[in-house]
Amino acid sequence: MSIAKSISNTMRSALVAAGLGAATATMLAAVVLPGWAQSAPQANTGAISIDNFTFTPQTLTVKAGATVTWTNKDDIPHGIGSENNAFARSKALDTDDSYSFTFATPGTYKYFCYVHPHMTGTIVVEPNNG
Amino acid sequence: MSESDRDDGVNRRKVLECMTWVGTGVLWTVSGGVPRSLGIMGEAVAAEARGLTFLQISDSHVGFHLPPNPNALGTLGEAIAKVNALTLPQKPAFMIHTGDISHLSLQAQFDDADKVISQARLDVHYVPGEHDFLDPDRKFYVDRYGRGTKGAGWYSFDANGVHFIGLVNVFNLKGGGMGDLGAEQLEWLEDDLKGRSASTPIVVFAHIPLWTIYPEWGWGTDDSAQALSYLKRFGSVTVLNGHIHQIMQKVEGSVTFHTARSTAFPQPAPGQGPSPGPIKDFPPDKLRTVLGIANVTFKQNEQRLAIVDSPLQG
Repeated sequence: MSIAKSISNTMRSALVAAGLGAATATMLAAVVLPGWAQSAPQANTGAISIDNFTFTPQTLTVKAGATVTWTNKDDIPHGIGSENNAFARSKALDTDDSYSFTFATPGTYKYFCYVHPHMTGTIVVEPNNG
Repeated sequence: MSESDRDDGVNRRKVLECMTWVGTGVLWTVSGGVPRSLGIMGEAVAAEARGLTFLQISDSHVGFHLPPNPNALGTLGEAIAKVNALTLPQKPAFMIHTGDISHLSLQAQFDDADKVISQARLDVHYVPGEHDFLDPDRKFYVDRYGRGTKGAGWYSFDANGVHFIGLVNVFNLKGGGMGDLGAEQLEWLEDDLKGRSASTPIVVFAHIPLWTIYPEWGWGTDDSAQALSYLKRFGSVTVLNGHIHQIMQKVEGSVTFHTARSTAFPQPAPGQGPSPGPIKDFPPDKLRTVLGIANVTFKQNEQRLAIVDSPLQG
């Protein structure tokens, strides 16, 4: 397992460096080493797009320590706020602006757009046992 | 609406599903809580020669510069020119602005808006939109427009026997919700109305509609029913909102709800677009037919209130 993890980390670094996404990394890992695809740690970044007043993906799962970046692709400003202020509020995001937050602590974080609060999403942060 | 619908009194709380698209230049007279179209604007205005007249502008979004409007400050200027060109039987007493003055709450955007709006030479009573609380500390709006107000900027005042209430339903919004007034403001509202005669005409204005138009897009206010319960005993209640960038009207008992056009850009009818954002591909030569202003006339003793929506063009 530790060899597999080490391979996975090396491979991921290479893929990220090559500009490929985490989904591709997972998919390749599944093909190359089907046995550990499910327990493989997620990439240490995550991306959420804001498009047509919707967060995509609606639920994003990452490992503790991952940095999540929201990017506003709408022509109306949005802002990221979290339930119970569980993580820091973003400034207002104009078109093409981004906001990043690093999730150090495992847990389920519900967030919403503080400009249009009917827009909601969830970040699930899993323990990073590596 | 049929003739038989016209006998709604304060005690008969029948909900009239009367969501009306008001045509250009049509005057709506509200009598006993039910609107009637009096015909084209010119003759109708002439019939409403006394009482109190005031103006409403909304959703100026100063700083917005994307399709379909590359210059929202420019169209705000055109709206103010329209205000100055209106021929009304009496001079408007003041103007209300129902929020989203700015697009991003930048001081420069508020400065630009103030410079243009001041050209109407009228007192302006503001309420904030969600775009007016986007500065990091959420204090520019209250610092600039909130003198003498409570909380995030709510207040009331009287003019010609009409009681006006400006509410804030865009502050500290909760995830998954719509507009929100909050317990503190509701308590203030109840107290503000206490002891007032039920015959006092009431005008409530706030940014997000105080009735639920389309929850999927957040077009409503979660705790508006509580606010409206305090207004139930009044014989004439008019609720003026913005936010949805289109005219919509509904009557419920003695309460008339009306939303104003934006001076910046149109938004789709509920559910008729991929999102409540601007209609990007709106034909540029038709833009000014969907932007505009409103004037509201109250005629004393008859408890009638008329709302006229005027587009920038057409």
